[in-house]
Amino acid sequence: MIIDINFIGLIIASIMASAVPLILASCGELITERSGVLNLGVEGMMIIGAISGFALMTVTGSLIIAVFGAMLAGVLISTIFAFLTQTLITNHVATGLALTIFGIGISAMIGKNFVGIPGKEFPVFFEGLKDTIPLLGPILFGHSIVFYFAFALPFVTSYFLKKTKIGLIVRAVGDSPESASNQGINVKLVRYACILYGGAMSGLAGAYLSMIYTPQWIENMTGGRGWIALALVVFSTWNPIKILIGAMIFGGLTIIQFHMQAIGVRIPVQFLTALPYIVTIIVLVVISRDSRKIRLSTPSSLGKSFHKDN
Amino acid sequence: MIKIVKRDQPSRAIFFFTPVLAIFLTLVAGGLIFFILGFKPFEALKFFFIVPIADKYGFSELLLKATPLCLIAIGLSFCFKSNNWNIGAEGQLTFGAIVSGGVALLFYEQEGFYILPIVILAGAIGGMLYASIPAILKTYFNTNEILVSLMLVYVSKLILDYLVVGPWSNPEGFNFPETRQFSDSAKLPILFEGLRIHAGIFLALAAVVISWFVFYKTYLGFQMKVSGFSLKTARYAGYKGKKMIILVFLISGACAGLAGVGEITGPIGQLHREISPDYGFTAIIVAFLGRLHPVGIIFASLVVAITYLGAETAQIFMQIPKYTGQVFQGMILFFLLASDYLLFFKIKFIGSKK
Repeated sequence: MIIDINFIGLIIASIMASAVPLILASCGELITERSGVLNLGVEGMMIIGAISGFALMTVTGSLIIAVFGAMLAGVLISTIFAFLTQTLITNHVATGLALTIFGIGISAMIGKNFVGIPGKEFPVFFEGLKDTIPLLGPILFGHSIVFYFAFALPFVTSYFLKKTKIGLIVRAVGDSPESASNQGINVKLVRYACILYGGAMSGLAGAYLSMIYTPQWIENMTGGRGWIALALVVFSTWNPIKILIGAMIFGGLTIIQFHMQAIGVRIPVQFLTALPYIVTIIVLVVISRDSRKIRLSTPSSLGKSFHKDN
Repeated sequence: MIKIVKRDQPSRAIFFFTPVLAIFLTLVAGGLIFFILGFKPFEALKFFFIVPIADKYGFSELLLKATPLCLIAIGLSFCFKSNNWNIGAEGQLTFGAIVSGGVALLFYEQEGFYILPIVILAGAIGGMLYASIPAILKTYFNTNEILVSLMLVYVSKLILDYLVVGPWSNPEGFNFPETRQFSDSAKLPILFEGLRIHAGIFLALAAVVISWFVFYKTYLGFQMKVSGFSLKTARYAGYKGKKMIILVFLISGACAGLAGVGEITGPIGQLHREISPDYGFTAIIVAFLGRLHPVGIIFASLVVAITYLGAETAQIFMQIPKYTGQVFQGMILFFLLASDYLLFFKIKFIGSKK
């Protein structure tokens, strides 16, 4: 049997495409967690981004407004989380859960009028170059701007955390808010900013799903990707480059389902659909088993409230 | 001038007052949302919160929805009190329903007094088995229980889907995704002719009484409380941390599993695709709104159950989207967490004179 080398390229490209929302949301959440805040509302922010992007695209007809609007929606909803956890010092876990429940409800409420409306075509770059290089052609060319942005993001995030002054401040706030505060850093302000940034990235991840990946609005269309994104952050041991690897594995699991069904492998479809969730659990077990390693790489103040008595 | 002062001690009065405040604020915000959506706020709130429970049938429906919420929330309060974040009760409910449904199907042509207890027990065991996964992974592999218990929710729903579509589907069911009807001996008895409320409510009430006793009258309850306050203190006191983690997960899994039994052996009498409208997630809100206190949880489950009924009524009479129910549930939790600020801080109004 001869396998067309371009077909392999196409499969890899489709795996990358399904990894995009995971990379975006995980990289956003990674920054939030690096500042010491655990936001479990990723799924909620993502779905809000998905409906906002799709609704704005349908109403205004502008893709640019839609993409930025979705990010803004993510920022707005994460502001609720930021206000509660930072200003009112609420429990991070409970607040994040509330955010997810609220987000799914609100999105379905807004989305009621957008069910069944076809999406728009999203422009892609270098479409013509796809066939010029075997294997690499379909991988490198013919994707949306969001796709390229997502694959650059882990490297940018890594550079930001390691090499820039603001990145250092974010890490300091997450590892030791007390000493950061003593150095004159406004801990709450930094955490606010990191939470809102996480919201923007989750919003963008949602918009990618509803506008580019499967251009339509379906209720609950994030289907747990927000939670997998959270798991990816643990998997990466808070290292953005490893998010890339993790997201590709999970993207691969999603894509494999379709191909297994296509070649007629007799495994119940439900088992294949469950695979990403089961693998997430297994991966979490393998990563977390070494408790020393986890303790060393976890931001020390993750999930703990910081309040300065004045 | 307004000044915010830290309290020396969390206020006990406010501890029980803030849930009421949260419900009130939710109503105000809800009215506002209805107004923005173009509905008359008071009329919408009436359809949402009063009309659904105005008659006998409505009240029975309220109890029917409050039963699983209360049962699951009681179980969750064991976990939350001791700092274990089991958020996968929905999965434990589903798996409990699968196991008890499987047992009920074994007896589908038989009648006998012994069937129902076996079916109920099977549900509790199913829930416990499923809850033991995050518990064991947490204790022995240091794995985050939030993510594991949540991932298992998706897995459980897919297992259920596989079973009702495939091997367990009703052979005479024209390929509908559902199993055979259970025999009458495997169904929880209906309490009143013509209403849907069933004997499952006694399971919930039993859970309330038992949990109250455990929380406030036993050494285990005391240990849980200490671990909730400070894990370090608990360790210093020599409590067996691992044993407790597994125990609270098993209790909460059993409760969720029993709620699953109630859903399938109560009004429905068979397994099908959607056995729970996210009771497992909503119960998290119920547990917090009830302040992890058994009596508080009873009230909270009734309040939150209204949001399910109200959403249906408002959809029928005013074409308000039914997801408004979830929006209300999210808001209740937001407002509750926010008003907890008053527990630790006092707001002082200071006049111009000193």
